[in-house]
Amino acid sequence: MKVTSSTTTSKQRLTTSAMIASIAAEGQPTRPAPFGHALIELARRCPEVVGMTADLGKYTDLHVFAKEFPDRYYQMGMAEQLLFGGASGLAAEGFMPFVTTYAVFASRRAYDFIHQTIAEEDRNVKIACALPGLTSGYGPSHQAAEDLALFRAMPNMTVIDPCDALEIEQVVPAMAAHPGPVYMRLLRGQVPLVLDEYGYKFELGRAKHLRSGDDVLIISSGLLTMRALEAAKKLEADRVGASVLHVPTIKPLDVETIVAACRKPGRVVVVAENHTIIGGLGEAVAAVLMRERVHPAFHMIGLPDEFLAAGALPTLHDRYGISTDAIVGSVKSWL
Amino acid sequence: MTVQGHNVSLHERARRIRCHALRMGEVQGQGYIAQALDIADVLAVAYFHAMRYRPEDPEWEGRDRFLLSNGHYAIALYAALIEAGIVPEAELETYGFDDSRLPMSGMASYTPGMEMSGGSLGLGLTIAVGRCLGLKRKGYDSFVYTLFSDGELDEGSKWEAMMSAAHYKLDNLIAVVDVNNQQADGPSGQMMGFEPLVDKVRSFGWFVQRVDGNDLNAVVAAFDAAKTHEGAVPRMIIADTVMGKGVPFLEARERNHFMRVDANEWKLALAALQDGSQP
Repeated sequence: MKVTSSTTTSKQRLTTSAMIASIAAEGQPTRPAPFGHALIELARRCPEVVGMTADLGKYTDLHVFAKEFPDRYYQMGMAEQLLFGGASGLAAEGFMPFVTTYAVFASRRAYDFIHQTIAEEDRNVKIACALPGLTSGYGPSHQAAEDLALFRAMPNMTVIDPCDALEIEQVVPAMAAHPGPVYMRLLRGQVPLVLDEYGYKFELGRAKHLRSGDDVLIISSGLLTMRALEAAKKLEADRVGASVLHVPTIKPLDVETIVAACRKPGRVVVVAENHTIIGGLGEAVAAVLMRERVHPAFHMIGLPDEFLAAGALPTLHDRYGISTDAIVGSVKSWL
Repeated sequence: MTVQGHNVSLHERARRIRCHALRMGEVQGQGYIAQALDIADVLAVAYFHAMRYRPEDPEWEGRDRFLLSNGHYAIALYAALIEAGIVPEAELETYGFDDSRLPMSGMASYTPGMEMSGGSLGLGLTIAVGRCLGLKRKGYDSFVYTLFSDGELDEGSKWEAMMSAAHYKLDNLIAVVDVNNQQADGPSGQMMGFEPLVDKVRSFGWFVQRVDGNDLNAVVAAFDAAKTHEGAVPRMIIADTVMGKGVPFLEARERNHFMRVDANEWKLALAALQDGSQP
């Protein structure tokens, strides 16, 4: 990508989004460390729960668990292969490790270890990974644009992309109740609270209608459900009815609900995801619709197939089309 | 010379393990037979001197765990599991065939007594670390044994795991390294230098012994010392072995990582083992 030199303007210059920065918009309600606190609740009920990380406890909200249960917490050093192999071993001895790192390191550095020692051996390991998709301004080293594609392709792996603090709190006990390996994308720090106003309840493997509208159906997961809901409100003000179907479980996919929603005539279908357009929710939904002979007007919003730029997240989200305004613009152009 | 204290001598156990492995090799007409022959003595000591297990209940909680990291050595471990009564001898005929419980590369879900899925080299020691941590959490006194080969030392994960085993004071971990100086592309030391191995691993905080892996008395002494060492440190036995050990014409064969053996040679190899049952 060509980088041009920029001159100082009167406009406030945005700084590179740090890895510990919250993705919450200014004034948005949030909850602190929902994953860590939910894990503490779970661990109080389930003595087999242990926490493991590779030098990213503070950056994955596992530090609150470590403080509460220091003797159930394993710091494995900056060694992701060891982290996941070790988790397999602890699971083989009957424990339920919740393992955290960044999504890039789990999906890229440690893929074979998760594939062989956890998925193939069917070990009861729960993987929770921060910085999913484009939630870091550090560039490709920390931007996990491909993690859903990689873990979707792995047999025996359940894949979850939660939207907000409320959902993360509900996903943690659901992961524990599901026997076998689970990969969860993690939002950490001050995590936005969005779904409370929709009376939402997470169910593993189920897509949920969050709002209805007759002109466009947005199928989304994770951060992009948050954005889709904001976009839907703006579209409504412009008399565009936008339905939002939230699909937090990427695998197994809730085919029945998705197909039924897409069968409703007269709506443009848009799949929106915080992930490369290759191999994620968009292509998963497209394949399902082809198989079921359902052919609505179909569009995908996601990250381009390129190494993304470094910088400030608001800038990058605009540039790559996953900000609320960019989604509104795209949807209008497709109507 | 026999090792004392065993109803069936360890020499005989090792000889039978070699025979079982050769019979499996004959079934497929190929295989990692040279490795099976080199590690048979170590496996005989592990399964008939050192380890605690119940053949009729391979998943008994109180057992010592044996993690085969180098999954292509499955032919050797199957032979030991057959000799130990964990796998019926008749299944030997199914080795490597469709729907067999004895696939060419060891996998946890296929075979009783196979604790992990190896094959992708570098996994075993990381899993062993987790197993040891788990056993300590449960307050069990079981040991975790893991076998890997010198070529596997090329994998960085081995060294990650070595650091962590010392860090967590895993005195219930006994790693066995088969130094046969042969990996897929050639002699291990030429592929990537790993010596001085004793000094390296000792500097990582391990209790390290290096022995002739085909000298049963030396191997027995090493396992005994590994189990009884008083330091709160992980233990490693570096076993120098000879590829094809026990069958002179196979010992002499070059290019023996994945050995081709002619149809008539299996019988000759078995015959060589019968003749050489007592060294």
